[in-house]
This record gives sequence, structure tokens and C-alpha cells, in this order.
Amino acid sequence: MPEIFHQRHPAIVRVTHWLITLSFLALLLTGVEILISHPRFYWGEIGNVNTRPLFTLPIPSSRDTVPTGYGYVLPDQNGWSRYLHFEAAWVAVLTGLLYVAFGFSKGHFRRNLLPAPSDLSPTMLANDIARHLRFGPPSDDEAWSYNVLQRLTYLLVIFVLFPLVIWTGLALSPAIEGTFPALVTILGGRQSARTIHFFVTIFLVLFLLIHVVMVYLAGFRKRVGAMIVGRLPKAVERL
Amino acid sequence: MNKISRRKLITAGLAGAAGAAGLAVAANLAKRYGLIPPDAGVLYGPGETLTYAAQRLLSRHSLAREFARSEISKDPFANEVDPLGVEFNRLQDGAFVDWRLAVDGMVARPASFSLAELKSLPHSTQITFIACEEGWSYIAEWKGVPLAHVLNLVGALPQARYIVYRSIQPDWWDSIDMADALHPQTLLTLGMNGSELPVPFGGPLRLRVPRQLGYKNVKYITSLTATDSLKRFGKGLGSSAPEGGYAWYAGI
Repeated sequence: MPEIFHQRHPAIVRVTHWLITLSFLALLLTGVEILISHPRFYWGEIGNVNTRPLFTLPIPSSRDTVPTGYGYVLPDQNGWSRYLHFEAAWVAVLTGLLYVAFGFSKGHFRRNLLPAPSDLSPTMLANDIARHLRFGPPSDDEAWSYNVLQRLTYLLVIFVLFPLVIWTGLALSPAIEGTFPALVTILGGRQSARTIHFFVTIFLVLFLLIHVVMVYLAGFRKRVGAMIVGRLPKAVERL
Repeated sequence: MNKISRRKLITAGLAGAAGAAGLAVAANLAKRYGLIPPDAGVLYGPGETLTYAAQRLLSRHSLAREFARSEISKDPFANEVDPLGVEFNRLQDGAFVDWRLAVDGMVARPASFSLAELKSLPHSTQITFIACEEGWSYIAEWKGVPLAHVLNLVGALPQARYIVYRSIQPDWWDSIDMADALHPQTLLTLGMNGSELPVPFGGPLRLRVPRQLGYKNVKYITSLTATDSLKRFGKGLGSSAPEGGYAWYAGI
């Protein structure tokens, strides 16, 4: 019987993609739970309800010690949230390391994520950005290969945002900071690390939203199918 | 085809067996070197075990960061304290002269110390932050007797692996391993920012464990017990924290 599918994503990319997805969602949910116990952010080494915040999120809190202006206190979910946050962090970090090792050793980054120099010319970039802003449909070859904006975004997520969120997370561990104080001092202090951790998370959530919208525009079933079983139907012709 | 699947099967079988054996060896070694936390059996035990084991391997002897005098928080936040009870009020009315710290368990010479006796022991001071699991923190100068010194005085036995400590607040107790108990910055704290430790901050006696979060720094300490196992204490999870859903190890 003739092959009716073509290989798209290697198994390791698919498995690590979904493991990272799961652990990221767990980290996000538990991160929000931990955050509402103190929805105030500071800069520098210290910060508490007696010091001036850099900014405060206009949301209720799960602690009655935090002045929020709301007349009620949310239930405390920090216990399981903290347990799950760190467990999911381990899954994310170990999976990420596996993916990065694969990406370098098998040429995945070089072949699939590094943009061709010609694609980086201002005209090409401007064209691609304009096409994205018009929500234009992807070209057929984009079913088989990432476009330049996709490549740049994925590189940013893999090599900037994820390392930063892991770094700032580690900087919040009192035992790790004793061993590697520079993790904290470079960032300007413990509370700065916490604030950066929050902002990097915002960028990761933005990425997730745009990513899901793009997948939807490109054909949700086909794209998600390719990320699960690794193949695309032959109808999406390989160029 | 057949040959390949058989070879694959044998390879997978061997790899599986090697993996299982490796895990068993790792688990045994981890247990022997004290890398398994007492709440390893709870739902999130695997993540907790990885964190605790990694940090014990990486940071067993590391020191918490110390700060300059100018960085001490001018208006530290004590957090709320539940009503401290009749017994605490009676002791406070007597200026804490009757406050006792009992030390027992796996020690050669069980003892009980008054605050005056503790104050006569060698002191150490440190300017360190205390960080709450909620996210806030402050920096203070803490003064107290290194726990290691007291454990030395009572002759803690070599087989002791944990120190259990209890608050005068009912049902509030915790424990640390010997890496933290013998750590030079772990203090039976009697003073803060140049004066007596104020009651809202845990006075007259608080255990400072600066390499762990605030909730391990239990206030109003009345007793210490050296033990080789935490099974007999509470639900056997190492402290009242896991019984309320929080991790035993808070070095995160």
C-alpha cells in the first residue's frame, strides 16, 4: 500500500512539545495561585506590605495581611500549588534539556529554526510581518517548514524566555542563592528576580496565545495532528 | 524483520533492566546519604525529592547571603500571629524568666535552658533576609546562639539525623536535617536589630534557618528533640507543614 502520510515532526520534538505544554500549564496555574497570596511587586532586595511597591495588581488576595481594597479574601491554595509548581518545573527543565540536547546534536535548530540569512533582509521581514498582520493564510510550504517569524519567535522562547524564567525561579530559592549568589545580585536583588519572573511569564503567556491563534488560522486539526502523530496527510503537498 | 524485532526486544529488555537496577541503586544511595525528604510519599513527593536531593548535593555547606548594616529593613513586617494563649501570656507577664528550652531525644545529656542560660552562651550575629513563601521579604540583623553549639553542649549522638523543634503555639512544630541543624547560620535567635527579639517577630526565642523560607523559622521555641527518624512525630511527614499541605523542605 502506498504511503499516504509524510513525516513532519520527529518523535522527540512531539513528546517534548506536549510535556512542556503540560508542565507549563501546571506552572502557570500554580504560579497564579502563589501570586495571589501577594499580588504586589517590588524592585531590589526586599519588599513587603510595609514598603512601597513597584506596582500592585488590582486583584483580590488569598491573605488578609495584604491591603487590596477588596472586602474579601480568597482561599489559600499555596500548599499544593507550591508542591506542583516545583514538580512541574522539574518536568519542564528536564524535558527542555532533552530537547535542547536533541536540537543541537541532530541539527534540528540549524535546519528548522535558524532563519536563512536571505530571509532576514528587511524587505523579506517586512513582507512576512505584513502578511501576518493581514492574517493571511500560510503558504503550502509552511506546512513543512517554519516561516522566518516563527523561527525567530521559537528561538526567542527557547533561548531567551525559558532560560530567563528558570534563572529567575532559581534565584528565588534561598538555598540556591546561598550557593550561587550572582544569580540574584546580577538581577538587582531577590524582589527584582521575582518581578522579572512575573514579566517573563507574561511574555510566555502572550507567546502561547499567539501560537494557538496561529495554529488555528493555519488549520487546527492538521497542525495539531502533525504535532501528535508526526505526519501530515499527502493532500498537504510537499514541495 | 523478525531478527530486527528480536534484537530490538533484547536491547529494550536490557535497557529496561539496567534502568530499573540503576534506579534501585540510586534510591538506595539517596536513602543512605539522606537525600529523601520525610514527605517523599505525598502526591508531589517525586518533585520534592528531586529538589531536596539536588540542593543537598549542591548546597550542603553554602552560606546564606549576608548584607550590609545599611540594608537592614527599616519597617520589617512581622506577619500575623494567632493568639498565643494563656501560658504564653503568663510567661510574658513574668518577663519570660520562666521560659524554658528543653532539649532531649538522641542526646547524651538531656537539658533544659532558661533564656538567661542561653544568653550566657557564645553568640553570633548575622544580617540576612527572611522570605515568606507568599513572596515578600525583609532584612534584619539576628543575634542568637548557633543551634550547633547547643547540640554540642547536650552531646547530640552521631546517629541523630533530624532536630525536631516545637513552638508554644499548639500543633506548631517542625524539623530540619543535620545539614541545616549544624549549619553555622542556624540560630536560636534571641535578638533582632540590636534589641531583644520582639514578640511579633518570635520573641523570646525563634529558630532562624536562613537557607529556608519563613515558615521553617518557627517562633516561640520551647523544645528540641534529636532523632534518627521522623516517623514517630505527628503523621511522620517531618513537620506540621505537610499535614497542612506545605512542603517539609523549604529551601526550594
